[in-house]
Amino acid sequence: MTVQLARTALDAVGDVADGSTVMIGGFGPAGQPVELIEALLAQGAGDLVVVSNNAGNGEDALARLIHLGRVRRIVCSFPRQVDSWHFDEAYRAGRIELELVPQGNLAERIRAAGAGLGGFFTPTGFGTPLAEGKETRVVDGVPMVFESPIHADLALVKAFQADGAGNLVYRKTARNFGPVMATAARRTVAQVTEVVPVGAIDPETVVTPGIYVDAVVEIDGATTLAGAQPAQRGAAS
Amino acid sequence: MSAETIAAGSRGTAPLSTAQLAARVAADIRPGSYVNLGIGLPTLVADHLPADSGITLHTENGLLGMGPSPRADLVDPELINAGKVPVTELAGAAYFHQADSFAMMRGGHIDVCVLGAFQVSISGDLANWSTGSPGAVPAVGGAMDLAVGAKRSVVMMKLLTKDGRPKLVRECTLPLTGVGCVSRIYSDVAVIDVGPALDGEARLVEAFGVSHGELEEMLGLGLASGQG
Repeated sequence: MTVQLARTALDAVGDVADGSTVMIGGFGPAGQPVELIEALLAQGAGDLVVVSNNAGNGEDALARLIHLGRVRRIVCSFPRQVDSWHFDEAYRAGRIELELVPQGNLAERIRAAGAGLGGFFTPTGFGTPLAEGKETRVVDGVPMVFESPIHADLALVKAFQADGAGNLVYRKTARNFGPVMATAARRTVAQVTEVVPVGAIDPETVVTPGIYVDAVVEIDGATTLAGAQPAQRGAAS
Repeated sequence: MSAETIAAGSRGTAPLSTAQLAARVAADIRPGSYVNLGIGLPTLVADHLPADSGITLHTENGLLGMGPSPRADLVDPELINAGKVPVTELAGAAYFHQADSFAMMRGGHIDVCVLGAFQVSISGDLANWSTGSPGAVPAVGGAMDLAVGAKRSVVMMKLLTKDGRPKLVRECTLPLTGVGCVSRIYSDVAVIDVGPALDGEARLVEAFGVSHGELEEMLGLGLASGQG
């Protein structure tokens, strides 16, 4: 399958149905695909299930998505931040469901989905409130909890470079959830700082092989938000 | 481990300052270890690790070989630690994704993790992610994975809460982070061993400015002494 080299973030995100499950990469601001989330805001889908390590900061795009009531449920390890007031308000008002997941379980459940596994047993969380009601088993003397895979309809990730084959290279700690989320969604969209020609990325350094990537958009500083304006919807096919 | 040979109560005439506590934790970390420092108080331990110790710091968001904070003009928003604070990479550093980062923990590749705590029980149960108060927004992050994953999980904390209640308890009353996972508590007034191997009695390793008896009174618990 060829990779769509999209002109705008909105084109890259494409049609997202109400009720979709959307994975959003990033650990705090590092690796957060801001312009793709802006495009999701502009695109209009609601009743979303968002899978993300955090639940937005300040007035950033994810926080606004929550504030606008577009997220029905969030699967998250660390929603509480000093500036997560939009999530906090929605949570306290009962306007958003929270599935709180230990961070390693979140990553591994996403990885399991991408790898076609039916789940796994892990020592993390055993005996804690976050494992209540879950199947347990003692493996090699260690009590473990069964955790199920997390699949998504759409993954939005941020990388440093993509080539025309969709291969991705990340940058520093902005890598975080990108590589696992890219594997676990029916459609994966990457915003990158730079799209380079096929052959320009050393195959030894590819982190996410293009097989996992459906669309790529180059986000170039000041021009990034232009594609996410509602007025431009449908401007490109 | 030399500090462990000092008899309980024989060292220190006053409670430790935060910096002294961080130095005390650092003194027990073996050269060459892979170490994860939790957010908050444990972060300070990094300032007391000798430069030639060969200790490598792991941060859960995907970096081994984490260095100190950068100069203001070198801050990189894509190079942060678990507390989302800008850091630096040292020579020999490696980046990896979240599934790899937590595999390093659960797989027993991290030698030591230092965690903060709200409560620790005699048997090493840890509560450090939820105060249990109604209306509080819960958040767990990597605490549960770290607590059970590292080869050795230790806690660095003040021994008493701000309103004077002991944080070392017979049974945790707050929501647990992990069961039987903590082996040692480093606090301002004492180093105390805990854990499932100790048969229900915490063991005083070292006290700072308090006697064994005063500590027991402070905690409302009996403490064994010395090394077992």
